[in-house]
Amino acid sequence: MTAPAATPTGAGVPPELAPGRGFRPLAAVGRLFAPLPGVVALFGEHIILLARALIWLFRRPFRLRLFLDQMEFVGVGSLPIIMLVGFFTGAVTALQAILALSLFEQQRYVGFGVGISLARELAPVFTALMVTARAGSGMATELASMRITEQVDALTTFAVNPVQYLVTPRLVASALMVPVLCMVFNILGLIGGYVVAIISYQIDLGQVLELFRHGVDPIDYFQGLIKAFFFGVTMATCACYQGLNVRGGAKEVGLATTRAVVSTSVTVLVLDYLLIQIMNVLFPYGGM
Amino acid sequence: MAGDLTTRDERWQIRIRDLHKSFGAQHVLRGVNLDVERGKINIIIGGSGQGKSVFMKHLMGLLAPDSGHIFVDGQDIIGLGDVAIGKIQRKFGMVFQYAALFDSMNVVENIAFPLLERYRLPKTEVMERVRALLTRLDLASTAGIEQKFPAELSGGMRKRVGLARALIDRPEILLYDEPTTGLDPIATKNVDEMIRRTADEFGVTSVVISHDMASTFRIADRVAMLYEGVIVANGTRPEILAAPHPVLREFVETSGAVRFGGGPS
Repeated sequence: MTAPAATPTGAGVPPELAPGRGFRPLAAVGRLFAPLPGVVALFGEHIILLARALIWLFRRPFRLRLFLDQMEFVGVGSLPIIMLVGFFTGAVTALQAILALSLFEQQRYVGFGVGISLARELAPVFTALMVTARAGSGMATELASMRITEQVDALTTFAVNPVQYLVTPRLVASALMVPVLCMVFNILGLIGGYVVAIISYQIDLGQVLELFRHGVDPIDYFQGLIKAFFFGVTMATCACYQGLNVRGGAKEVGLATTRAVVSTSVTVLVLDYLLIQIMNVLFPYGGM
Repeated sequence: MAGDLTTRDERWQIRIRDLHKSFGAQHVLRGVNLDVERGKINIIIGGSGQGKSVFMKHLMGLLAPDSGHIFVDGQDIIGLGDVAIGKIQRKFGMVFQYAALFDSMNVVENIAFPLLERYRLPKTEVMERVRALLTRLDLASTAGIEQKFPAELSGGMRKRVGLARALIDRPEILLYDEPTTGLDPIATKNVDEMIRRTADEFGVTSVVISHDMASTFRIADRVAMLYEGVIVANGTRPEILAAPHPVLREFVETSGAVRFGGGPS
């Protein structure tokens, strides 16, 4: 871990930046940016782990069972919670959309509103956050306890690369299953919206569907799935990094899990912004 | 210590020369020199935080030193590539302090793991070898042990399963990381006997790191002491007992395990 050494009060601060020797503006500015090298190094270490996991994907031996196990853990295991959250997200979005649209007497746009919000934003981000809370935390905890009980070292003694054995299957499973779960989220969200708008508020289904078809393009779903793919990669990388880099005992395992969830969530939201900017250029929105 | 280091020596299987390793500002190994005798129990003693575990991880190539050489059967393992180091690692088996069994696998899967990872063997042959080892290590008598998971085993049993996993691929060298830590006196004695029997029956070279003085002087053929990053004493058990290094003397006498000759100290 490089982060602690870079904190302003830590041992790694050079003497000219150390506090308590009168106010020196330059030093104050320096202190403000003192954590920066640590953050950059941390980011770099995540990228290195990701690159190593990708390289090991193409090297023998291929252990198919590990991949399937992880896909079951990430995908099938997260299905109930994703369906539940998806349904209510769609329902709540429909409620709020109807409220806003009723100002203009245009409630028939609710299908379009719910559909496009889910496809482009809500489904990928919420899926990523829910899967992180469930599977990402699980990955970090499992790898961290394997690390502190020397099971990771044991793998190495049998000439098994821990990155290939532990990280690569989790990475691939997350990258494939988060988009699938995102699509499930979309479907359940639309069902939730249908229940609110059509059954509860009795808005005309024909008009809702017609406007939905005009406004929501397959490319919108495609964008959401691309984001979900990157969120899956982010989650597996952060979780495995925190898990494998733990030192100490039970307390550190808990801290590693917390850090994994927090770092994934923050990274997902920042990445979301960047991906939107990129995709707005690549796939300009066609409009209604 | 004489002789060509790059050819296989009949007596010395592992020869370590001037090994240095630092972690940040911490200079853990400061020029370790040691020869490990083939087929014998070589015990390395030292206090906590003296770099025993770090040293052991270097022997198998799990850690790379800052400088120095480790010759295994005349081959320098420092700086070898993935494939070459993998071949060397097959000569080794490691028994971890708390066994380090894989939680997600049962006893049979744990023991068979090295075989399944390294070779393509028929399932019946793997099971045969696993069962033979279970019998030899007195584990077969426990009902249903094959399907049990590590969490369901006692500390001593876990250690024996860990030993079985280390032995399944017939290693030439067995490394033990503090094998008796956390065990009661009876279990300690059992583990000591297990190490002795394994060395005698399987003819393996054993390297044991320990701070348990009683065990050390019960089973060791050779004793070396790691202190402040260097080997300060090294020799056969009688040699060490006859002329102990002052630090070693204090270490041993404080533990009360052995009394040196020559009256009260």
